[in-house]
Amino acid sequence: MNATQFLVIFISNVFIYNVILSRFLGLCSFIAISKQTKPALAMSLAVVFVTTMSSIITWLIYRFLLIPFNMTYLRTISFILVIAAFVQLVEMIIRKIAPPLYCFFGIYLPLITVNCAVLGVAVLNSDMYFGAETPILASFVYSAFQGICVGLGYTLAMLLMSAIRERIETCDIPKAMKDFPIGFIIASIMSMAFMGFNGFRF
Amino acid sequence: MKNLIQEFFKGIVKENPTFVLALGLCPTLAVSISISNAIGMGCAATFVILFSNIIIASIKDFIPDKIRIPCYIVVIATFVTITELVMKAYFPPLNRALGIYVPLIVVNCIVLGRAEAFASKNSVMASLFDGVGMGAGFTLALTLISAIREFLGAGKLCGLTVIPGFEPALIIGMPSGALLVIGLLLGFFNLLKEKAK
Repeated sequence: MNATQFLVIFISNVFIYNVILSRFLGLCSFIAISKQTKPALAMSLAVVFVTTMSSIITWLIYRFLLIPFNMTYLRTISFILVIAAFVQLVEMIIRKIAPPLYCFFGIYLPLITVNCAVLGVAVLNSDMYFGAETPILASFVYSAFQGICVGLGYTLAMLLMSAIRERIETCDIPKAMKDFPIGFIIASIMSMAFMGFNGFRF
Repeated sequence: MKNLIQEFFKGIVKENPTFVLALGLCPTLAVSISISNAIGMGCAATFVILFSNIIIASIKDFIPDKIRIPCYIVVIATFVTITELVMKAYFPPLNRALGIYVPLIVVNCIVLGRAEAFASKNSVMASLFDGVGMGAGFTLALTLISAIREFLGAGKLCGLTVIPGFEPALIIGMPSGALLVIGLLLGFFNLLKEKAK
């Protein structure tokens, strides 16, 4: 475990393999919720929290339940269940102890369950940091950090996108291209810009 | 019988999951680099939609309303796991090409969307046809996108060179090309819809 490794994880997840623009995870929410900055920010914060926590929880499940009992084939089913249960739990807790925050997140928190970015990072962690079913050194820390970084990558793309879309709202766009189609084309141009980061090779 | 055939064709044209409902776009974009990938992904997703529709339609009366979503997800995840294991055992190159997008069929909005919007309200037979239709619509859309991308991005179709000397535009094969192609296609289908009105 050293500092460069963390830098590599950070840069590759936020910029090079940005979760939305290059891995295409969480696209549905990205296109649907990025019309205005405020809801986009709420969604991003919720995603950062959930990806981080679910990385930690799924690592524990994979390491201490699935591998010892030789049940790694149950990965998909157990991960999605744990994530769904966790999101539900967080929703209940937030509603109880912080109602304003609950209103701020609104519908976006339950939606995260079906956000592919969350399951994606869990699957990715178990693929990357468990060579031949034994965890590599410090894999727990790497997994948790990768969870944070994927969430940050999501936030970055989401904020850029919502800022652009707020501005093009007043532009004269052909009727057929409004909303989804123009959103994809903006995302495409952003993705081209992000390709510039591919020059970073470690 | 006529109704059932309608359920089938609705998934292909009128309610095409990709172009009209704009559901399940993540795997669509990620695996649409070549036609063979697209067909593999389409078959896997069709299998999952079909069987989860059948099972959910047949057990819908026993599921309490409040916890229906987790129940649906368990059913869907079961079929995704079956797909994953079969693919790993019999089609290892395809499995490598699709990578993490195979387990991610679980969170594909089409599957859960059909379970919630159709299978939970209709008979087993209707759900079966709906599932096949939706799967076929998804596969066709995926094949169309990947054919465009494979032709423009690599100058090939199904791995074969089509026009010798054609200089491919690499950008179409990259992630940004996928977003560009789907954006233009969605715009094109919107235009057709408006013209048809």
